[in-house]
Amino acid sequence: MSNITLLFDTPVLALQLLADGILVGAIFALVAYGMALVWGVMKMINIAQGELVMLGGYVVIELAKVGLHPLAGVPVAAVVLFVFGWILYRLVIFRVVDRDLFISLLATFGLSILIQQLANGIFGSDVQSVDASLGTLLFFGGMLTLAKVKLIAFAAALVVGSVLFAFLRYSRLGQAIRATAQDARAARVLGIDTGRVYAATFAINAAICGAAGGLVAMTWIIHPYLGLTYTLRSFMIVIAAGLGNVAGVLGAGAGLGVAENLAGFVFGTEYQTACVFLLLVAILVARSTLLRRGRRYLQ
Amino acid sequence: MSPRARTAALCGAILAVALAAPWIAPAIVVQMAFLWLMILFALTWDVCGGQMGYNSFGNVVFFGIGMYVCAVIQRDAGLGYFTAVFAGMGAGAVACTAFAALLGPAMLGLRGPYFAIGTLGLGVAAADLAAATEYIGAGSGMAPPVYPGGAGSARFYYYVLMALAMLAWLVLRWLYSRRFGLAVNAIRDDEDKAEAMGLHTTRYKAVAWCVAAFFLGLAGGPTGNLVGFIDPRELAFAGPTFGVWMVLMAMLGGRGTIWGPVIGAAIFHVTQELFWTYLLGWQRVAMGLLIVLIVLFFPKGVMGWLAERWPRRFARGAVR
Repeated sequence: MSNITLLFDTPVLALQLLADGILVGAIFALVAYGMALVWGVMKMINIAQGELVMLGGYVVIELAKVGLHPLAGVPVAAVVLFVFGWILYRLVIFRVVDRDLFISLLATFGLSILIQQLANGIFGSDVQSVDASLGTLLFFGGMLTLAKVKLIAFAAALVVGSVLFAFLRYSRLGQAIRATAQDARAARVLGIDTGRVYAATFAINAAICGAAGGLVAMTWIIHPYLGLTYTLRSFMIVIAAGLGNVAGVLGAGAGLGVAENLAGFVFGTEYQTACVFLLLVAILVARSTLLRRGRRYLQ
Repeated sequence: MSPRARTAALCGAILAVALAAPWIAPAIVVQMAFLWLMILFALTWDVCGGQMGYNSFGNVVFFGIGMYVCAVIQRDAGLGYFTAVFAGMGAGAVACTAFAALLGPAMLGLRGPYFAIGTLGLGVAAADLAAATEYIGAGSGMAPPVYPGGAGSARFYYYVLMALAMLAWLVLRWLYSRRFGLAVNAIRDDEDKAEAMGLHTTRYKAVAWCVAAFFLGLAGGPTGNLVGFIDPRELAFAGPTFGVWMVLMAMLGGRGTIWGPVIGAAIFHVTQELFWTYLLGWQRVAMGLLIVLIVLFFPKGVMGWLAERWPRRFARGAVR
């Protein structure tokens, strides 16, 4: 517990944790936004979300090996994952879209295991990352350090998020996606090809994850088994923020990033992920207990 | 033959084969012991997942707790080997049941995907906590004491796991034939209505989870000893493998039946062993593919298929 008093004694340290948490939280929010999109439109929860992030990271890493700057690799990763997502939809996801939620949950869980094992076979199980070599900003005479790449990742997450928001609001396809989310049957009656809308939604989600994965590869690490943690984080953000609440997702993402950093600092990094998942369980239980007072439940 | 006599004959035959198996095929005793473990996994998952409609991805938590409790008692209690094993199993089962009773009312207030993902989070958190706790060996795991009888270890734990799986089957069959079975089925079909009819749904749900936890806690100890080394992520709290397999095996055999999980576990385990033998290096990829295929094309399982094919013989109520 000496770590807690340390936080109060040196406010700069607390500021550092806060800043790092918010910056990394934006990436979480991006992944969570994709999950909320798929959940809201297709009424399914994609457990393979984190695996898409992981694949995006590997695309950027592999491109960096042949000399492409990681920042330029991020849009490429988004495009590659867009195609991958479309194929995945045409092969598997379309079979589970209108089925029981549990079936889609389990099917995407199977997919996540499959992708993770394939990545393990292809890229190896080593922890990898890519150095964007952009330098670091120093504040307070070196007490507070912010890697420029994290700031750029934060900005990129905001840009992607707002482009997506504008796309859903103003473009023809975005309107079709929102119509399908509201009522798939009515949308079909009005001549919207919902199959195409679903495919586009899933592919867009994959592209978002791909971009997020690229940012993760620059700011953090990538290995074949990190998928589930990103899936659970985004699930947590979505249930904390609610579906279709962009600002809420961003806020919850930043909050989660900060909470995670603080937990890692106070309890030690080996307990960091455990704290995150216990937080997930706690949020779920708290929300359902509150709702149960009114004889309602999470749905 | 009457259905009752037929079931009795079938059970007798299975028992005879199971008792003789370690002497007939001594080379694969460990794999056969794991077969019984898988059957127990599928059966206990089905209590909440199939019969009650609460699909848990985190039941493996109880298995891991049972395993660690047993190993700690074997290490620290200073009892003789066999006393320690059985005391450890008992303590593990009690600890798991208490944990489930404590957690049940809160967790089981969640429904559908929220319950599934909440339990998934619980499983991952448990693995991380175990891998960070020095007292139980942290990430480098724990080794239970060495079996005193030399090479007979695998055979001994084969019989323990076999007995546990059979006990679980008998207890569950008895429970399903009582009010309990009707109650959990009612919860699966319409929880709000069941509650409106005056059923204490929370109580039944917690009891069902405790039953599953009890048997998983019992099975943890012998499995840890059978393997001889407890890894927190690969064996004790192996969510992405055991945690998902439980669901798959129950689904493959047919959820919500008493024979379904047994059949599903047998098919699944044999397939998995074949993958290990013939697809070494790619067995995990094949596993993932198999999971997707089962979910997409065979979600009703063997029993569901049989019930559609021969409804008079296999439809609900006929299989008892």
